[in-house]
Amino acid sequence: MSEVKRIATRVSYGKTLAELGRENDRIVALDADLAGSTNSGVFGKEFPERFINCGIAEANMASISAGLAASGMIPFMSSFAMFATGRNYEQIRNSIGYPRLNVKICASHAGVSVGEDGATHQCCEDLALMRSIPGMVVMCPSDDIETKACVRAAAEYKGPVYIRLGRLAVPVINDHPDYKFEWGKGMTLREGNDVAIIATGLCVESSQTAAEMLAADGINARVINIHTIKPIDEDIIVKAAKECGKIVTVEEHSVIGGLGSAVCDVVCEKCPAVVKKIGVQDVYGYSGPALDLLAAFKLDGPGVYEQIKEFLK
Amino acid sequence: MNELQLKKTANEIRKGIVASVHSARAGHPGGSLSCTELLTYLYFEEMNVDPKNPKEIDRDRLVLSKGHAAPALYATLAEKGFFPKEDLLTLRKIGSHLQGHPDMKRTPGVDMSTGSLGQGVSAAVGMAVAAKMQKRDYRVYTLLGDGEIQEGQVWEAAMFAGARKLDNLVVIVDNNGLQIDGNVADVCSPYPIDAKFAAFNFHVINIDGHDFNQIAAAFEEAKTVKGMPTAIIAKTIKGKDVSFMENNAGWHGKATNNEEFAVAMEDLEKVGAALCQK
Repeated sequence: MSEVKRIATRVSYGKTLAELGRENDRIVALDADLAGSTNSGVFGKEFPERFINCGIAEANMASISAGLAASGMIPFMSSFAMFATGRNYEQIRNSIGYPRLNVKICASHAGVSVGEDGATHQCCEDLALMRSIPGMVVMCPSDDIETKACVRAAAEYKGPVYIRLGRLAVPVINDHPDYKFEWGKGMTLREGNDVAIIATGLCVESSQTAAEMLAADGINARVINIHTIKPIDEDIIVKAAKECGKIVTVEEHSVIGGLGSAVCDVVCEKCPAVVKKIGVQDVYGYSGPALDLLAAFKLDGPGVYEQIKEFLK
Repeated sequence: MNELQLKKTANEIRKGIVASVHSARAGHPGGSLSCTELLTYLYFEEMNVDPKNPKEIDRDRLVLSKGHAAPALYATLAEKGFFPKEDLLTLRKIGSHLQGHPDMKRTPGVDMSTGSLGQGVSAAVGMAVAAKMQKRDYRVYTLLGDGEIQEGQVWEAAMFAGARKLDNLVVIVDNNGLQIDGNVADVCSPYPIDAKFAAFNFHVINIDGHDFNQIAAAFEEAKTVKGMPTAIIAKTIKGKDVSFMENNAGWHGKATNNEEFAVAMEDLEKVGAALCQK
């Protein structure tokens, strides 16, 4: 196998934001002293007059973004997922979500793959928080190509959007001619009817690996990539429930309120099926190298495989 | 408008506040009555706004950061002609565009949805930054409560506005001295308010928030200040002009019963009648 290119989605974000900056002078980037890490600094370097470093004051950044949007600008605000959505939940809910202002919240360092910084910085609750806000679009791209597509789609869409980005360099998996990004639509990456694996973010790649391992055991798993968690693609989920009977969701997020919950919301109303939620099991993360942590949380290929095998027993 | 006309307008707005909160059977009369002259001056003298074109891109903006004073903002907007005065009696009722706290998507003339304290001032800062980026001349005003400035976000916004030299921003503190649980000084003292804003690189002006001459002078002075934002600390009386509400924290968030309403309207009629003698 040829060497796979690895790029962190936060890096793809920074590049795409700078591109958008060239195309639209209403785009503004805000950060809270993490511009180097979130990559909003790439935009900042090219467009210093449209870059606002708020200092370490995320709440102020969120509400300033609201004011900018209310005055016709298109703000992209960035911080780590923990602070962008956790500290700011109420600012986002009341000052951005409620007035439906055109603010894009692009948060990096989501999930346990933050690594060494440990639990205080490993946000596994951001999808749950953002999903709960009426009208909020929630996206979680799986790689470089998809991040670019999501960021571009967010810029075109009029209204609040949350995009979940990661620190870790992840394999580029969508670099093929068939890849077609569609707003709010999931993608079937592998056909199979024994079980459906529905994954998001960096877990799409580990789910593909797990599916290959399952195939070696004679189990044909369908793999579905969900980049838009809200509004979610109900059709692809119902179809999977009907045709596969069993669903496994895989995410680098708490099993409470994220992709697993979103899939269950659809399945339990439209086509009841057993759903196994693979993710962070209502616990905090801890320090360690990112890849070791993903293995420890059984979110890498072998870990996902092992959990699905156990589920199918 | 001359001073007498402004006073008469403020008196009408106060009647609107008292009537709308009474009709809603809930709301915040005390802090609405304390900032009435400030809002009256802003909408009838200071701000460049057009009730027929409330979304005009170059208009001046007001963010009512102390969103619970919505009855004062609504009564002012109605008096200015943004919507019919009859609407005031629909305050807080199902289907009304007049929500318990200001909603920019529902009410013509409301520039920002507020209600959660501490956030409006940051949104105003964002609007002031947008004006600078777009090279527009509009000015942004934001009205805060003195209890509200206990919120840490207010000082994040103040630090930012000072650092960014936002001279198109005017922060007004309605210093009525009372909050829900009592005196601001007792609950968690924000004093000295002026020195705090000065320390955050604001030009600070202290005024009597019921004196139109002082209000006018302060806003004129603010326009001459370059390279820094202005903070106007307005000493006010909570519940102003309603005898039993004045300086009484109990009237922060309570509606009148029928008897109290009659007394309140009588108080305001007397103030109005006295103005007509002049």
